[in-house]
Amino acid sequence: MNSLLSITLTEMNTASFSIDANYHLDAKVPPGPLEQKWQHFKSNSRLVSPANRKKYHIIVVGTGLAGASAAASLAEQGYNVSTFCFQDSPRRAHSVAAQGGVNAMKNYQNDGDSVFRMFYDTLKGGDFRAREANVYRLAECSAHLIDQAVAQGVPFAREYSGYLANRSFGGVQVSRTFYARGQTGQQLLLGAYQAMMRQVGLGKIKSYSRHEMLDLVVEDGMAKGIIARNLDTGELGRYAAHAVVLATGGFGKIYYLSTLAMGCNGTAIWRAHKRGALTACPSWTQIHPTCLPQSGSHQSKLTLMSESLRNDGRIWVPKRKNESRAPIDIPEEERDYYLERRYPAFGNLAPRDISSRAAKERIDAGYGVGKMKNAVYLDFKDAIHAQGKETIRKKYGNLFDMYHKITAVDAYQSPMLISPAAHFSMGGLWVDYELGTNIPGLFAIGEANFSDHGANRLGANSLLQACVDGYYILPYTLPHYLAALSGEPVPSSRSEAFGIAEHEVNNSLQQLLTIQGTRTVDDFHRELGKILYDKCGLIRSENGLKEAIKEIDELMGEFYQNLKIPGRHDEMNDELEKAGRVADYLEIGKEMCIDALSRNESCGAHFREEHQTPEGEALRNDKEFQYTSCWKYDKQKPMLVKEPLQFEVVTPTERNYK
Amino acid sequence: MMRFNLKIWRQQNPKDKGHFETYTVDEVTPDMSFLEMLDKLNEALIIEGKSPVAFDHDCREGICGQCGVMINGRAHGPLNQTSTCQLHMRSFIDGQEITIEPFRARAFPVKKDLKVDRSAFDQIIAKGGYISVNTGQAPEANHTLIPSEQVEEAFDAASCIGCGACVASCKNASAALFTAAKISHLHKLPQGQPEGPFRVKQLVKAMDDLGFGACSNTGACEVECPQGISISHIALMNRLYFKT
Repeated sequence: MNSLLSITLTEMNTASFSIDANYHLDAKVPPGPLEQKWQHFKSNSRLVSPANRKKYHIIVVGTGLAGASAAASLAEQGYNVSTFCFQDSPRRAHSVAAQGGVNAMKNYQNDGDSVFRMFYDTLKGGDFRAREANVYRLAECSAHLIDQAVAQGVPFAREYSGYLANRSFGGVQVSRTFYARGQTGQQLLLGAYQAMMRQVGLGKIKSYSRHEMLDLVVEDGMAKGIIARNLDTGELGRYAAHAVVLATGGFGKIYYLSTLAMGCNGTAIWRAHKRGALTACPSWTQIHPTCLPQSGSHQSKLTLMSESLRNDGRIWVPKRKNESRAPIDIPEEERDYYLERRYPAFGNLAPRDISSRAAKERIDAGYGVGKMKNAVYLDFKDAIHAQGKETIRKKYGNLFDMYHKITAVDAYQSPMLISPAAHFSMGGLWVDYELGTNIPGLFAIGEANFSDHGANRLGANSLLQACVDGYYILPYTLPHYLAALSGEPVPSSRSEAFGIAEHEVNNSLQQLLTIQGTRTVDDFHRELGKILYDKCGLIRSENGLKEAIKEIDELMGEFYQNLKIPGRHDEMNDELEKAGRVADYLEIGKEMCIDALSRNESCGAHFREEHQTPEGEALRNDKEFQYTSCWKYDKQKPMLVKEPLQFEVVTPTERNYK
Repeated sequence: MMRFNLKIWRQQNPKDKGHFETYTVDEVTPDMSFLEMLDKLNEALIIEGKSPVAFDHDCREGICGQCGVMINGRAHGPLNQTSTCQLHMRSFIDGQEITIEPFRARAFPVKKDLKVDRSAFDQIIAKGGYISVNTGQAPEANHTLIPSEQVEEAFDAASCIGCGACVASCKNASAALFTAAKISHLHKLPQGQPEGPFRVKQLVKAMDDLGFGACSNTGACEVECPQGISISHIALMNRLYFKT
């Protein structure tokens, strides 16, 4: 068996990737017991004195929760910060769309929560594929975030008594989620944005909206700045700094149909990858179970319906295939509440990867509902009966309204139709414990990195990670890096490296414009999305992935021969912007498939058809795959570097939610 | 399948005078969103070798505030409390002519076609639309109890998405609703009150300096606000301003 396996691996290696066993990756995890590691780092880290901080320049790309909170916190300390975002205001970054909540270990509910339990839930939720020390720190720093957000004016839900309220999210058995109606992301982002704008007003932050980073400048092996394009004028600019922080979010929009904003992209991290930064587990994508189903080919996105709805909504499909009756006409005994049936302990609050696969299993088996038979029901009938319509309206009113606007269906009367959709990138740039990439001076925070969520992120941990990285970790680890530069001046943007990077960006833009073929960017993007959904989505297989790699290669070939973009590069040109992102998506898509192919096991959201338990659950192979897959860029054949995952405190077990 | 005649504002750049152009889109379905209808038009224009219509949009779920156009003279179109991206073609009549223009205001110069520059909103916030608390300073969150109703009132104001429909709908192009919503959000919370007088003075001055007009209480902004933010916040802003 083992020898067979190694033969298959060798075959795959020669086909699509190679392994670098000598590359040394230092995760920089501090010594000492788990609960003292962060203290240890903070007690021993280097500092920059208040008078010297203004001499250091920091670039932060992306102004969502991670970017805005990091920029504000660093500027408050006295550093000079420049922020960049492609949106027309920092406040519009996609953190704004997060609905349900943010987790924090306050144990206000006295229901058995602790830092250790939160750490364990998150590690287990991620199917034991994250670094223990990082995850522990996330739980440890979570409590103060709530204090900070409240002080900024974030209107979290409260009880009549005035105390903060909580609810539950998937994959846990305590109530540790804080929420602000169904707009928690918006309110947390406004808090961070306002903190950032305060520093703009004070002259400590220079904010560049409508600027997109198109390259990372690396000199002497260190990050020295970026090339960014002014999206209103088309002008390229060189921006130099002592350190560059990428807080550019996830790239789930690679699937074309996703819950992400139209502009979300992987360009910044991919261009950094091409300059030497390692990616980690790029194929680990969260497909969110509760989104609006696709209703036609015109569709540009799939709207998320918050996981919080699963606190009160029950998910079901008819027991009969090709059911044609309206849901309210289907009697109770003819309904299959499949999550409650399969996972009685967690029921409708089973984790996202498991809930999505369970939905796909029912849909593929012919029990799907809706016009395209691609959905399941999320029903509030029992909750409305037990709690009253007004209570449900108060909890979820804006979500019901949103559902009504999009579908013209009243979900108080008839169950919602929901379906899984691409939502979150667990994978991203590889970072060490200090959130630094393998390029000194380049940091990655929030969804842009691979750090805390392993192979599956728990609901309401995404806002948390973005905030903890930005407010509490980077403001300690970045100064630790800067202090070692011992007063070096700001790098010059007139250097050769800046010149070459700008020239290359310019050339790649011109190249896209000169193709003048017959297909639009969106058309290519839709095709790529379909390949990835079918073959590198909820379920993957060796054959499917190999086909996908071939198909993406062909699509990439056609892209560079048959793309059509109107207009010029030295003006506002939306199609050119999109083309650059899709060019990168094609390469990212291929690396995702290679990553998924190389991991010959199932874990979390990465479900390889060949590796499942008799009950159809993900079957890990800790003996061979207890490592983070890190990738060195190569357009044809990326190189795999393994960071072994060592578990000193917990013992990985089979993830059980029954 | 539906068919529409579109009359769209085309303007090459901020200096161009601009003009209307008419287009026809067919094979529109009722469950297509308004922006997906524009996507369809743009894909056809690109294939024909013409310049697509530039419009702002991002999240397409009504929360980022980046989209927003005037549709038949109404900001965000015919439905109340609905942003442009959440509008669907079932809200229009087959064969109807639809006029699409940018949000117009002196403080919102047109950048291209339907895109306008709303950075003046960021500048207002930078003048004091915040609570001055550094990372790390905050006390334990449950130390200050805030009754649920009070938080909900603050939330009503805090839900502003910064789209600018209020400005575009106002005959004076006033930013009073946007500014008042921020003042009111922070004022209604105990932690926002110490800086209250400073904030209201700063924000009102910023709004005047940036070229927004005065509020004459017509209430048009409230009608068009996709979040349904009430003009009672403007009354509160005025009261607080006179107190300073």
